Amino acid sequence: MKTVSLTIDGKAIKAPEGQKVLWAALDNGIYIPNLCAIRKASEPYAGCRLCFVEIEGRNGPVTSCTEPVAEGMVVNTQGPRSRRLARTALELLLASHPVDCAHCAKNRSCELQKLCSLLGVKLNTRRFRKLVHNLPIDSSCPNFTYNPNKCVLCSRCVWTCRERYGVGVLGFAHRGFDRVVTTFEDKPIAESGCRVCDECIEVCPVGALVFKDGRKGTPGCAEVKSKTATS
Amino acid sequence: MTVIASQDIASTFQNIRDHALSRWQELWDGSKPIIMVSAATCGRSAGALEVLEAVKDELSRGQQDVQVMEVGCMGHCYAEPLVIIKKPGNPTVVYGYITPEKARRLVKDYIQGEDISPEFALGALEENELIPSIYDLPRFKHEKYILLENIGRIDPEDIDQYIAKGGYEALANALQMQPEDIIEEVRKSGLRGRGGAGFSTAQKWEVCRSSPGKIKYLICNADEGDPGAFMDRAILESDPHSVIEGMLIAAYTIGARHGYIYVRAEYPLAVHRAEIALEQAEGLGLLGKNILGSSFSFDIKPFQGSGAFVCGEETALIASLEGKPGLPHHRPPFPATSGLNGKPTVINNVKTLAYVPPIIRNGADWFASIGTEKSKGTAVFALAGKVVNTGLTEVPMGTTLRQIIFDVGGGIPKGRRFKAVQIGGPSGGCLPESALDMPIDFDSLKEVGAMMGSGGMVVLDEDDCMVEVARYFLEFTQRESCGKCTMCRLGTRQMLSMLEDFTCGRGQMQDLETLKELAEDVRIGSLCGLGRTSPNPVLTTMRYFRDEYKAHIEEKRCPALMCHDLIAYYILPEKCERSCDACVGTCTVEAISSNKQRVKVIDQAKCVKCGTCLTACPLQYNAVIKLSPPDKVPAAKG
Repeated sequence: MKTVSLTIDGKAIKAPEGQKVLWAALDNGIYIPNLCAIRKASEPYAGCRLCFVEIEGRNGPVTSCTEPVAEGMVVNTQGPRSRRLARTALELLLASHPVDCAHCAKNRSCELQKLCSLLGVKLNTRRFRKLVHNLPIDSSCPNFTYNPNKCVLCSRCVWTCRERYGVGVLGFAHRGFDRVVTTFEDKPIAESGCRVCDECIEVCPVGALVFKDGRKGTPGCAEVKSKTATS
Repeated sequence: MTVIASQDIASTFQNIRDHALSRWQELWDGSKPIIMVSAATCGRSAGALEVLEAVKDELSRGQQDVQVMEVGCMGHCYAEPLVIIKKPGNPTVVYGYITPEKARRLVKDYIQGEDISPEFALGALEENELIPSIYDLPRFKHEKYILLENIGRIDPEDIDQYIAKGGYEALANALQMQPEDIIEEVRKSGLRGRGGAGFSTAQKWEVCRSSPGKIKYLICNADEGDPGAFMDRAILESDPHSVIEGMLIAAYTIGARHGYIYVRAEYPLAVHRAEIALEQAEGLGLLGKNILGSSFSFDIKPFQGSGAFVCGEETALIASLEGKPGLPHHRPPFPATSGLNGKPTVINNVKTLAYVPPIIRNGADWFASIGTEKSKGTAVFALAGKVVNTGLTEVPMGTTLRQIIFDVGGGIPKGRRFKAVQIGGPSGGCLPESALDMPIDFDSLKEVGAMMGSGGMVVLDEDDCMVEVARYFLEFTQRESCGKCTMCRLGTRQMLSMLEDFTCGRGQMQDLETLKELAEDVRIGSLCGLGRTSPNPVLTTMRYFRDEYKAHIEEKRCPALMCHDLIAYYILPEKCERSCDACVGTCTVEAISSNKQRVKVIDQAKCVKCGTCLTACPLQYNAVIKLSPPDKVPAAKG
């Protein structure tokens, strides 16, 4: 495969042609904030709005999950404008997230916590109003619970369930602020044909899908459990 | 696609046209009077169908042979229902504000009698000595009709009338041209997409044409969703063939075999008339296989969208057409290279496509001679809100807002003061009085923070609160947000909650800064056009009407006396008439009582601020007023 050379944060790297900047950076040990990126997905979801980077010669910040690498490209992952957008997106997510880390099964393996320390954002950010959902928690499955109120709508569980395993129990419903990951007709997951493969729990970056026995999912799972690409 | 048998195309079309022309002449120059009732959606909601019924009923009592025709919207929506009467030997007259009773009188007095009834007339369509010409109205000084040329003048359900007016000639010409030459012609004309962003049409077509692959698609975007915009609906309802002809030329140019009209299901009449038009075009061999005997084949299917605003965005529209949820995705790839089913697809707005036939017919230079340096041609606006002449208008690019609002629109009703104009719907901005003399085109509007959008123009007067306007549009966008990306889903929701606080008097000054920062971030950081443009109403109102925001936050005062929580109703004791108790009886919550002097007093604790007392108070007293902030109401005595 053809490779191209580019610079990310001053580090000269080579990446396969057509690869997105986000993966090129992650493969070379440069972390770019992200929640919704799935390496194996046919097209980037581009929903979390965290992975902004600045590219020389470009007008404004671009999402690195959608931007293919190019020869001679100079990328800055820590530019002030891209960081400002990432912080705003993270604060928006936190303002609609019930922050109760001490009682959350995901405490200390939660990607929101990791992003907060990386971007210098307080978990209890006060810039925006607290707007949380109050939806019922689904504990119908024997080994895991689903708390839609904690969900950040990254789509990883939906993709894994549908595209990777072809089950399709989970999907999105409603629009705007009411958008939610749910099952067909909002039935409990256990009654929706779930095969309890636990893959959705493994990929959930936050405390929305957690094991009942306190087991932790794979931490830092931006790669979404890809057999070929664990770095 | 090679050009074969040009003469065949020309002669096939000539036959079609001859037939259409002879039918038109028979109708228009015949001895029968013609009554045209403007019955598009706007006319129908004003009662055009009842008028039509009355006309037919009245005629059935007489012996006269009269041609009754249903036509589309003339653009004069303020005067609906409209009736146009052409009686041989007399000028053609447009009558406005027609009720069934007036319609019966017109039939009796003018059709059966000789009284031309000038009291109902808006004007005549040609110069004459009886009735002033409609073109003497001040609006016609500024208006120039290209797209609106035929609307309201022809029966949209009769293809021959469109052909007789020069329709499908451009198609016949185009089929004898090389596609590259058509692109060149459109490029020279300077046509830019009328969907809002103003992207070069020729460039879009060229990218699609040169994209590899045999299968290509053409989509007409008729998913008009802006509050207060109805241009696309009017064109589809009143002159559907102009859109179909534009689609045919575009399809021939880019090499598409299949096309769709993506129209919202809330436009049933537009869907119905488009279906009839498609059927008739196919019947004449203008659509379908081997069009006009050429090797070019193309078919069009109407597709009814379910009314999601976001589906006006190209990528979401395609997803919806593919049967998926209407969610946008990242561009590039642009649809012109990878669109419907992954094939190169051109998506053009209704108006963009309708401009194509006149450009091919009259030449690129003619089109390029109209408008400003970078925005050619005309712009169609839907005038709504606080303006006398609501309706459609078409003016050359570069016309000023003042000319549109005051000359074409007739100014602000009830002698109120102009305050702002909201252009481009939820994606556009609110422009203040200082922008009135700016010539408008795609670029000048962008500079001041608004955008052409689809062309909705809502006029606001001194009674409109700008904070409330921003809140209204944001409520719309956050509800219509698909929810896929964080910035739009949560950002618009947060902005809305701040604006709600302002209008309720709960805002803080620091919110204003946060709101501005957030609006900037949502503008840059959103996934699609809906999110990126959604802060425009907020940013422009904050830019031009900052004082109003400050009044809401610092003084808890709504200067326009509009925000429900920041006003109170008060009865001026010196104006209140002792013998009148009109307000007492109408008050829905029994909050008004008489005091010892028989002066009426509102119990502020009971009052729900419905405003009924203000309407009920007779004009000669005018004793009920609104006060803001509510604590300005003097304490009750006795």
